[in-house]
Amino acid sequence: MPHPLNSAAAIVGIGIASQWKAPGRTPADHIAEAVAKALDDSGLQLKDVDGLFVGTSAHFLPTVSIAEYLGIHPRFSDSNMIGGASFVQHLLHAAMALEAGLCNVALICYGSNQATASGRLVSMAEPQPYEQPYDPRYPIFAYALATARHMHQYGTTREQLAEVAVAARAWARHNPEAQERGPLSIDDVLGARMIHDPLTVRDCCLVTDGGGAVIMVRSDRAKDLAKQPAYLLGAAGEHWHRQIASMPDLTVTAASASGRRAFKMAGLCPADVDVAEVYDAFTINTILFLEDLGFCAKGDGGAFVQGGGIGPDGRLPVNTNGGGLSCCHPGMYGIFTVIEAVRQLRGEAVGLQVPDAKVALCHGNGGTLAAQSTALLGIEPNR
Amino acid sequence: MTGSHTFAGPGPDAVFRTNLAAGKFVIQRCADCATYIFYPRSLCVSCGSPRLDTVEADGRATVYSTSVNRRRPEAGGPVNIALVDLIEGPRLLTRVAGIAPEEVGIGMAVRARIDMVDAMPVLIFEPEGVA
Repeated sequence: MPHPLNSAAAIVGIGIASQWKAPGRTPADHIAEAVAKALDDSGLQLKDVDGLFVGTSAHFLPTVSIAEYLGIHPRFSDSNMIGGASFVQHLLHAAMALEAGLCNVALICYGSNQATASGRLVSMAEPQPYEQPYDPRYPIFAYALATARHMHQYGTTREQLAEVAVAARAWARHNPEAQERGPLSIDDVLGARMIHDPLTVRDCCLVTDGGGAVIMVRSDRAKDLAKQPAYLLGAAGEHWHRQIASMPDLTVTAASASGRRAFKMAGLCPADVDVAEVYDAFTINTILFLEDLGFCAKGDGGAFVQGGGIGPDGRLPVNTNGGGLSCCHPGMYGIFTVIEAVRQLRGEAVGLQVPDAKVALCHGNGGTLAAQSTALLGIEPNR
Repeated sequence: MTGSHTFAGPGPDAVFRTNLAAGKFVIQRCADCATYIFYPRSLCVSCGSPRLDTVEADGRATVYSTSVNRRRPEAGGPVNIALVDLIEGPRLLTRVAGIAPEEVGIGMAVRARIDMVDAMPVLIFEPEGVA
């Protein structure tokens, strides 16, 4: 019996604000640019938008502020904030609101001016009293600890981590929108400046400005609009901790749960996925998520990415725009996994196009490996 | 020491800080399911009971993971940050001091110590056997 949300809603518009260094532009400006482009893309009007989903680090009341900025009065709004996983999770929340008839046109959007405002990744967190005394460098310290544990338990090597960065760059080299397009080798990654052992600056995502927007409607309306819809086949999110010390096992994230439930809702399995877009804040993330989402066994992520395994000539296309590691990273990346997935499914990739992509996976990560959200999109309804 | 079984009086964070200032590293043990808890809570994270006793930690722990923050020299230079598993079970974020930051290894036996940093007590760990 298919889940009622399976194929209930579809993405019909996407927009990307891709000025990765835009002095004088605010997060709301980036959101507005992305929203304008998504509306053009969908053929819908701003006045049609009656459901709003926003998570930013710049606003205390994200939906309230952005609705005012855009001049809309949404009937349904949700600013569920689970870090970089929020935007993938919002796909599920939007589908629920649409399916329940609580809104008709759902807009999910995000923007940040992190690069020009501060020049570095900014923590939006309240002080954590049991972390603060140790002056942790947020958020990399937690990812470095997770990397060290994965290396200890599974023998994952720095070279295998570097393969993730090299693959992301290999895709980015063909993407005119990507910020970093120069050549990158394993030796380049290993020899780059060490930030937090064992992660070098090339193991870390970029710091840029930018934004994205995604528009969803119920599936029966989607087929009347201009573009090939991307149907939401399954989605789920889960979180087990906030502070890295509370993570039960640093080598297993809640993606193991969100992925399982998303695949179950969609009636699919990892072998059905043609292209995967996962939030690669650090090289370890891609390895962890490929394992936890079921593309390989726990501990085998290093081998999976070795030898260009997730690059343009590999066994699974991952982060086909270059990801957070090479394309962009305005504070939080999650919405870009959705935008790139939709482009691939439509055959509208700005960079390399995965031939015949029918099913795409988007996965967002929030906090320090804390909140995980997985969504499966397809070119046809699956029920 | 026993904790209160009501929600009155100083909260568990205040109890922890007061003890730390007096030179004691305390954790909680659930009076109902015997689970040890850190960081301090008002409800047992295993069974939800509010009956949490405050007990002095043994102090022994094992390093679960470790890394070195490669700060620039003018920002203080390289410094350790680690996750250690207390002998009672809970895991916490800390610093392992007393050896070079990159010498800390997963599996190393360490023991709690309370340092004063800027006149504030800070819980840190050092390798077992360091004087």
